[in-house]
Amino acid sequence: MFTRREPKIAEQELTRIPGAEPQSHMDVWWWLVALVAGVIVLLSVLEPDPYWRVILFVRDGLWVTVFLTLVSFVFVLLVGLLGGLGRLSKNRAINLVATLYVELVRGVPLLVQLIWWYFAFPVIIQQIGRWTHISALVTYQANAILLAVVGMVFCYGAYMSEIYRAGIQSIPKGQMEAARSLGMTYFQAMRHVVLPQAIRVILPPVGNEFIALLKDSSLVSVVAVADMTRRGREFMATHFNPIEVWTMVALLYLVMTLFSARLVNWLERRTKFER
Amino acid sequence: MTTGPIIHIENVHKRFGRVHALRGVNLQVQKGEVLVIVGPSGSGKSTLLRCINRLEEYDNGHITVDGICLDSTQNINAVREEIGIVFQSFNLFAHLTVMDNLLLAQKVVRRRKKEEAKDIALNLLEKVGIPEKAYAYPAHLSGGQQQRVAIARALAMNPRIMLFDEPTSALDPEMIKEVLDVMLALAKEGMTMVVVSHEMGFARAAAKRIIFMDEGQIIEEAPPEELFSNPKHERTKLFLSKVLQG
Repeated sequence: MFTRREPKIAEQELTRIPGAEPQSHMDVWWWLVALVAGVIVLLSVLEPDPYWRVILFVRDGLWVTVFLTLVSFVFVLLVGLLGGLGRLSKNRAINLVATLYVELVRGVPLLVQLIWWYFAFPVIIQQIGRWTHISALVTYQANAILLAVVGMVFCYGAYMSEIYRAGIQSIPKGQMEAARSLGMTYFQAMRHVVLPQAIRVILPPVGNEFIALLKDSSLVSVVAVADMTRRGREFMATHFNPIEVWTMVALLYLVMTLFSARLVNWLERRTKFER
Repeated sequence: MTTGPIIHIENVHKRFGRVHALRGVNLQVQKGEVLVIVGPSGSGKSTLLRCINRLEEYDNGHITVDGICLDSTQNINAVREEIGIVFQSFNLFAHLTVMDNLLLAQKVVRRRKKEEAKDIALNLLEKVGIPEKAYAYPAHLSGGQQQRVAIARALAMNPRIMLFDEPTSALDPEMIKEVLDVMLALAKEGMTMVVVSHEMGFARAAAKRIIFMDEGQIIEEAPPEELFSNPKHERTKLFLSKVLQG
């Protein structure tokens, strides 16, 4: 046995993806995030009543908003992947189901969908329970948080399906062919070759969806979920100071969305590669 | 091991909608043979090549490769493990280094250990003459280098047959030779090769037989010297006069 010369240095130098070298300076828009955060701090220090009190009051709602958004988004990514693959499937039935899902769901406002899931869906379940004599279904009670997540996942999953579909379609067909010709199955080729490349393409629109979801999660305040928007309304109802409450709530949303946008931007630069 | 032809194609038809791309092709390739297919664009030569590992489905007829029947999708991955294919547009995995391009299928399909796969990959990169690019990304390689990596990637699976689909058509003239040299070396080693290419020099040096295809049919087959200097059919003459001119 002879020992082979290992190109160790070259490996360390180049295994990093081109263009992904750590940035020496921070993206200037981070200052905007810092500015908004600064305004929030400043207001709560200079005018603790009512600003700091608003923050304390909506704090639990803020966590509900963050929790709802993160949990929903994880499922949106999964549903979107399934929907996207379904839209690309050559199997007629799967393709039809996926297309119907996307087309129908995209045509109904999210607010209407959330209301439907919270008010109509439980009644349907109870009715089915009565027909089938399953008492567990008859006594089914709506879980507001659960149905809010279901509603958002159902709606955003449809949009996400289209993003996945476009992303996968943007990868040259030859990549899939090369992978399949090496003996990989369809799913192996998807997982190791097509999706890793597609993800870099769809990262910007996926990031947009995340931010849109974060903002749209405020709609759940009408279906009995105590998110930040609902807590803000409750505070206003007892103290009647709309300017301070809604300015603070808006600033809190803003700091979250701006931060997310920076995060997406950073991820984008991290994962860039040349074609 | 089977005796007789390693690739057996019998009366294969293929239609793309209303286009009848293959009209009853019969072809046998012996083990260790180098076969070159020429023909005008749209003659079905690439389609035929792609049918051999079922990247393209065919409508009628039978194809058997190394004793494995290809008429249904059932044996598709078994056959593809036996056949390497090199494309006109290289199709290297753009998000992976050269090394990872060579490792991926070895790990995922062949289930080789990383060390073993890496040894094989480095050996092959040496063989195609670019060991120094092992950790570069495809975008940083020239076309000729990319195509040589693509050949190495296919060879890493230890195929019994190699298919080449116009491997030099997308290359600048000065890079064609480096790819053809690798292919010639492979032919000398006794690899069974089916090559769609208009490189007459390669055909003369490596091929025992040349097949001329037009309009989805095999028009003529002969040893290279004979086909180039003394074509029998009018269509072959017409085609060769155009190709040899350039």
